[in-house]
Amino acid sequence: MEIFGVPTQALFGQLLIGLINGSFYALLSLGLAVIFGLLNIINFTHGAQYMLGAFCAYLLLEKLGLGYWWALVIAPVLVGALGIIIERTMLKQLYKLDHLYGLLLTFGLALVIQGVFRNQYGSSGQPYAIPPALAGGHNLGFMFLPTYRAWVIVASVVICFGTWFLIERTKLGSYLRAATENPELVQAFGINVPRMITLTYGFGVALAALAGVMAGPIYQVSPQMGADLIIVVFAVVVIGGMGSIMGSILTGFGLGVLEGLTKVFYPEASNTVIFIVMALVLLVKPAGLFGTQK
Amino acid sequence: MGEILLAIKNLNAWYGESHILHGMDFEVREGEVVTLLGRNGAGKTTTLKSIMGMVGKRQGSVLFRNRELIHLASNRIARQGIAFCPEERGIFASLDVEENLLLPPQVAAGGLGLEQIYELFPNLKERLRSQGTKLSGGEQQMLAIGRILRTGAQLLLLDEPTEGLAPVIVQQIGRTIERLKKEGFTILLVEQNFRFAQKLADRHYIVEHGRVVEMVPGAALEANMHRVHEYLGV
Ligand SMILES: Nc1ncnc2c1ncn2[C@@H]1O[C@H](COP(=O)(O)OP(=O)(O)OP(=O)(O)O)[C@@H](O)[C@H]1O
Ligand SMILES: [Mg+2]
Repeated sequence: MEIFGVPTQALFGQLLIGLINGSFYALLSLGLAVIFGLLNIINFTHGAQYMLGAFCAYLLLEKLGLGYWWALVIAPVLVGALGIIIERTMLKQLYKLDHLYGLLLTFGLALVIQGVFRNQYGSSGQPYAIPPALAGGHNLGFMFLPTYRAWVIVASVVICFGTWFLIERTKLGSYLRAATENPELVQAFGINVPRMITLTYGFGVALAALAGVMAGPIYQVSPQMGADLIIVVFAVVVIGGMGSIMGSILTGFGLGVLEGLTKVFYPEASNTVIFIVMALVLLVKPAGLFGTQK
Repeated sequence: MGEILLAIKNLNAWYGESHILHGMDFEVREGEVVTLLGRNGAGKTTTLKSIMGMVGKRQGSVLFRNRELIHLASNRIARQGIAFCPEERGIFASLDVEENLLLPPQVAAGGLGLEQIYELFPNLKERLRSQGTKLSGGEQQMLAIGRILRTGAQLLLLDEPTEGLAPVIVQQIGRTIERLKKEGFTILLVEQNFRFAQKLADRHYIVEHGRVVEMVPGAALEANMHRVHEYLGV
């Protein structure tokens, strides 16, 4: 069978890869958006924290024999706690200064963290096996669907929309949105905004680590994995609009799919299509598709 | 006369390098409505923000129920039972009217219930699902006042609640303040419109260059009108 002269197996195969990549774009840009909204910091350490999540899973398995499901819980907690320490000791000093300082600090931290892991583990990747419960797959007739990949897509969608719901529809989320607009006033109502900022950073970082754990069995666990991905994720964030929650989710999935389709119809452009879209969006709507000018 | 609820002594405040308050002294007793009058830039808003802990640097003393607040963070100050309604109203655009109304947490028992707030401001009840900043100026002011009435705070700091509003709305806000006074709230009110303030307040403090230069009892405002006019430059 063919669609537009392309075999359906290839088409749906690339669509699936696009959705998988999109899942990670969405999870990571969501965390960046949450952090940027409240802290006004572009967290360049995000890729390194994603990598830390994956390494955490790898080390838990190698050193302690704790498998994937444990890692899904433990890695975000550990890496999130590390994020909290970073916020309390370093980022906190920068809120009154220009954006640029936060960017430089987080960029520097990313280089340090990646450097340490490259030293320790080399640049080549370590494999991480798919957990037995999610091994195998189903033949859907028009394509073969590996169970683990289906799980990653479903889990990402649930996490993304769960986070969206938490922020846009709950009381806790209303504190977060209000503090994003006017932190001084929210604090003067009796809410401990500095603590909220710390926990928000921890949450955003934990999301990155969670994505890292889920990525382990798909990509390899390597010190470079975050650095490669984060460049694309920043493009996604720029396209979606800095700080918009729904924007980062939809743009993440959308661009993943667009990238997959480009691979089918015009493979030469598949690595650049996101950046082309970014340039076009910046020309037409500088605040991003879902963003509002700050 | 009630007990002293709030006592400000030699209060100094800075925004960065600029020294704005130069030793404010005044007090507010339980159940009173007290106003701060003064020209633009005299330091009235800064006084309220200093009480709330919202300026960079403060010195001196802010006693609330005999407890020193000068070193507390603003969230802790609010939890003592003080609520602030800012001059620019501070309605959140990313929250709907109901979320705005429910945002400030309860800090003590004894706040008004939602039904009582809707009774004071019926407009709000009809607009609960609207985006906060889509309300008219007057409605936003009602929302800004309404949301702090729920908290159970006993001392309300209101910064120019009538600024830029139509006479009917100004009257409605005046009636609300009278009603709140009857319910036992204590109110520190910043006003430019002293005809409005005159009818409500037990006492007026005139602020100039970050100091209190004169205290005028409510009843004596009329008799001192010429001096007040001089201070306020009207
Ligand atoms: N955030 C700030 N940073 C620096 N200076 C400020 C800031 N806010 C106010 N000021 C200065 O402090 C002084 C007092 O301002 P404040 O807002 O307290 O006056 P006000 O009496 O409330 O005036 P108005 O009647 O216009 O509201 C003014 O000279 C003002 O320029
Ligand atoms: Mg003012």
